[in-house]
Amino acid sequence: MKLNLKIWRQKNKHSKGKFEIYQVDANEHMSFLEMLDVLNEQLVAEKKEPVAFEHDCREGICGTCGMVINGRPHGLLQGTTTCQLHMRFFKDGDTIVIEPYKAKAFPVVKDLVVDRSSLDKIIQAGGFVSINTGQAQDANNIPIEKEISSKAFDAAACIGCGACVAACPNGAAMLFTSAKISHLGLLPQGAVETDRRVMRMVIQMDKEGFGSCSNIGACEVECPKEIKLTNIARMNRYYYKSAFASDN
Amino acid sequence: MELKGNVPQGDLKEKWIEYRSKMNLVAPNNKRNIEIIVVGTGLAGASAASTLAELGYQVKAFTYHDSPRRAHSIAAQGGINAAKNYANDGDSIWRLFYDTIKGGDYRSREANVYRLAEVSNNIIDQATAQGVPFARDYGGLLDNRSFGGVQVSRTFYARGQTGQQLLLGAYSSLSRQVAKGQVQMFTRQEMLDLVLVDGKARGIITRDLLTGELKRHAAHAVVLATGGYGNTYFLSTNAMFSNATAAWRAAKRGAFFANPCYVQIHPTCIPQSGDYQSKLTLMSESLRNDGRVWVPRHKEDAQAIREGNKTPQDIAEADRYYYLEERYPAFGNLVPRDVASRAAKVACDQGLGVNQTGKAVYLDFESAIYRYGKSKAHMEGYENPDKATIIKFGEEVVSEKYGNLFEMYEKITGDNPYKTPMKIYPAVHYTMGGLWVDYNLQSNIPGLFVAGEANFSDHGANRLGASALMQGLADGYFVLPYTIGTFLAGEIRTPKFETSLPEFARTERETKERIEKLMNIGGNQTVDSFHKRLGKVMWENVGVARNAGGLEKAIKEIKEIRKDFYEDLYIPGSADGINPELEKATKVADFLELGELMAYDALNRNESCGGHFREEYQTEEGEALRDDKNFAYVAAWEWDDGGNHIMHKEPLKFEFVELKTRSYK
Amino acid sequence: MKWIITFFKSSLGRKLIMALTGLFLIVFLMIHLTGNSLLLLNDEGEAFTGFVEFMEENPLIKITAYLLYLGFIIHILQGIVIYFTNRNAKGGTYAVKTTANASFFSKYMFWFGVMIFIFLTLHLINFWLGLKVTGEFGNEELYGKVVTAFHNPVYLVVYELGMIALFMHLRHGFHSAFQTLGWNHKKWTPLIKCLGNLYSIIVPLGFFIIPLYIYFFK
Repeated sequence: MKLNLKIWRQKNKHSKGKFEIYQVDANEHMSFLEMLDVLNEQLVAEKKEPVAFEHDCREGICGTCGMVINGRPHGLLQGTTTCQLHMRFFKDGDTIVIEPYKAKAFPVVKDLVVDRSSLDKIIQAGGFVSINTGQAQDANNIPIEKEISSKAFDAAACIGCGACVAACPNGAAMLFTSAKISHLGLLPQGAVETDRRVMRMVIQMDKEGFGSCSNIGACEVECPKEIKLTNIARMNRYYYKSAFASDN
Repeated sequence: MELKGNVPQGDLKEKWIEYRSKMNLVAPNNKRNIEIIVVGTGLAGASAASTLAELGYQVKAFTYHDSPRRAHSIAAQGGINAAKNYANDGDSIWRLFYDTIKGGDYRSREANVYRLAEVSNNIIDQATAQGVPFARDYGGLLDNRSFGGVQVSRTFYARGQTGQQLLLGAYSSLSRQVAKGQVQMFTRQEMLDLVLVDGKARGIITRDLLTGELKRHAAHAVVLATGGYGNTYFLSTNAMFSNATAAWRAAKRGAFFANPCYVQIHPTCIPQSGDYQSKLTLMSESLRNDGRVWVPRHKEDAQAIREGNKTPQDIAEADRYYYLEERYPAFGNLVPRDVASRAAKVACDQGLGVNQTGKAVYLDFESAIYRYGKSKAHMEGYENPDKATIIKFGEEVVSEKYGNLFEMYEKITGDNPYKTPMKIYPAVHYTMGGLWVDYNLQSNIPGLFVAGEANFSDHGANRLGASALMQGLADGYFVLPYTIGTFLAGEIRTPKFETSLPEFARTERETKERIEKLMNIGGNQTVDSFHKRLGKVMWENVGVARNAGGLEKAIKEIKEIRKDFYEDLYIPGSADGINPELEKATKVADFLELGELMAYDALNRNESCGGHFREEYQTEEGEALRDDKNFAYVAAWEWDDGGNHIMHKEPLKFEFVELKTRSYK
Repeated sequence: MKWIITFFKSSLGRKLIMALTGLFLIVFLMIHLTGNSLLLLNDEGEAFTGFVEFMEENPLIKITAYLLYLGFIIHILQGIVIYFTNRNAKGGTYAVKTTANASFFSKYMFWFGVMIFIFLTLHLINFWLGLKVTGEFGNEELYGKVVTAFHNPVYLVVYELGMIALFMHLRHGFHSAFQTLGWNHKKWTPLIKCLGNLYSIIVPLGFFIIPLYIYFFK
């Protein structure tokens, strides 16, 4: 299949970028990133600079890859990362527009690569259980309802790819932040410090320059791990409780 | 020179406890002044960095990713072993130890493996306390499943994303220490060399992947937790950037590289579908709990399937060859990975393979769906359910267990595994070999510690499923933080190192020259083209089965590829800034040397054991033939540019287990 | 008291204010519609005027009225602040616009708000200013004013457009307020959404019909 690619090229953080058009010959068994590999091999053979994009595991779990394909983070397929999107969902002769994530808290570093370290800072603000190695009791001492554990898991499945932020018309990181807060808050081990955690993480999130939630739900639609808006509601509850009912 | 493992004396069961109680410690006030570099933030690195920081050391952690959470530990699917015996099926520390030693084909150190089994339970406790959402039953307690090579259920799991959840646990602990200022986190920094001062590891040189700048970092000790070298084969289940550079650079500075030929080829991966393919995807071993592996019994059927004239459903039950169940009745589909991979290769070599390339076998869930469906239908109160109802219920149960794996399979291949069997084929997955370390996880370079897959320590010649997560976390949480004290206790009077020392300047200069050399070749071929060539040679000659002729050929060919590489490589762009081609080139340059050493080691090891199967050494039934008399040792290699690599032997002494022929029949 | 400021300056705090004031205004709309529906009676405005007088004289309602003004002002100002903060947080728009991941109502919430604001200004100038501030006319004259106003086709069209905007705004706003409050539940959220849809149709539709009725039948 022959494809026209319209790809955002930007030399570095400070320079202005622009779209470039490329032609590439792909086949339907390739993954989207393998199609870009083919393009890059082609560019290198022509002694041109390849398109910089991030990727690593190519199994949909590391969260490194992420680009906006035809206006949608990770492309058209529900619950799928860019690396797991395959070319059989495109047609011969298609034009595909590829852009980097856009959000103030994710500055473009080069071409399709953005800096997502702001997400790490949110986790550092409180996305953990304060326990040192060696302090744990026997794992079976705290029974946890299967349903609750499963809900916590659904939230913990977040891969930190940032698609929620990229999809959000407000540039908000609510889905990301609430997923971690929900994961830990639902489990008895983590619930102990929910008040402190939610306060610190929300404040950090605001500090990093993310927007706020207007319940549009684009994040939920684009999340490759299908994390739900329920988590945001839960974060809100925790936050109000922390602000009004706790001592800290 | 004979290497000493520094294993403490005493009874196997007491060794670690006794040693830990008597080892030298570093007092808290001194820990504050001691710096440790940890390279890599996977399970081993993140857990080590956070635990060392909790103890009070000043830690500098490095990753080439944009975030520590991206390390490839995240992709581990199936689970993590522990000897909890929650399943009440007779498990114990001894049994886990024994299974691991036996699974590794008696090529690992007894004391290390016992220690691993001992701390395995603490890992589960620790991870649970961190909020890792392990699978639970309705009673609220933890659930287990089985993995290959064992007869108990001791694998804890978090759906098909156990590695992810464990890594996020370690990452959260690390993040906590970063917030406290105990860990200084360096992201997008790739280690390109190790700095020795007076023969001790005291620092590293990194390249900032955004600016291309080389940077010097100093510390009292260096911990490498940089993973394995499976990507030497180009195609593997490793992440695209998983590489051996950090470990290999240490080897070039004098660290010994042990057992490089021990490579695990995982039996259940999605088969290769084309030349453009960038990586292979693993389908968790847990699938073999319920999936049955088969190929058509007759060549004609296999050929008809390959040509698209028949579907798997057309093959009658009697014409299906369930080769694992037939050949290994005791373990059936759950034989260890090396055995299953070899059997798949044998079947395909006989012309029974089932996809266009002839390199695939079926993993079939039909009978599991039927079995579970019947049981669920019964539970739901159906007296005589029809077939459709049974299948509907069966698919529900299977989806609950493996849903995400099935989805992933369908995304990649476009086939629905509920309706048609999965196609699988072995692929390079894990490397048991690695930098040589003693009982303290210290390499032969004082102050250089190695943890996780990067070291050679615990898996012998073959690793059992769900043991990599266990070892990475054991090293990082419960072993290294103690044993590193044995070295650092002698360093409390050593002031912090300045990076202005001539050793740092020299190493940085050498790194710079290496990069310039690559940038200036100015040839015509891409990095990937060399990597693919290397991968092909490795897979064909140093793969599932090896022989002397092939290995000699491989060594010759790798040397040729290396020569071509340095003559005709082309890297676009410049070295100061993001340059993915340059990043790949530094890695491939190292793979091109390590690959040779792997073949060299395989050629030296005139026996078959675990993942290392030499065709010359097999029983009449085609099983591995070990030679304990001549090869019960660790081969720790010192690299020689001239090709005469020097071997240092560490004899393996088995005081507590009896060496037996491994049998899964 | 620093914590209060911190709370209300935070993204979630601001959202809470939007949700609470929004819900308050939703309640107000219902009362307003009740009053307006009296215009449909064929009694020459007797019931309507009675209602207006009751609302004007009851001290409790007078206090509530001030709260209402405050509610409007906060909702509007906060909405503007949030809009600009969010626009700033979004690093630009994509070359390909997609409609696949967000509903029309939720995406343009702010602009429907702006439309309502424009309508509201006009609406206040027409009725509220004369009645409450300048004293141009009294309670008993309001009915006549309303009937006259709705016979002006330009005003009628503006009013009806305002009601359409109100529908759009409520369509997302109603259930969104509950989500912001943290009320998201597998069992109850579908019910809230259903109520929200009903409310956002029925109330604006009520407001929509009355002027048309007056225009054509009075």
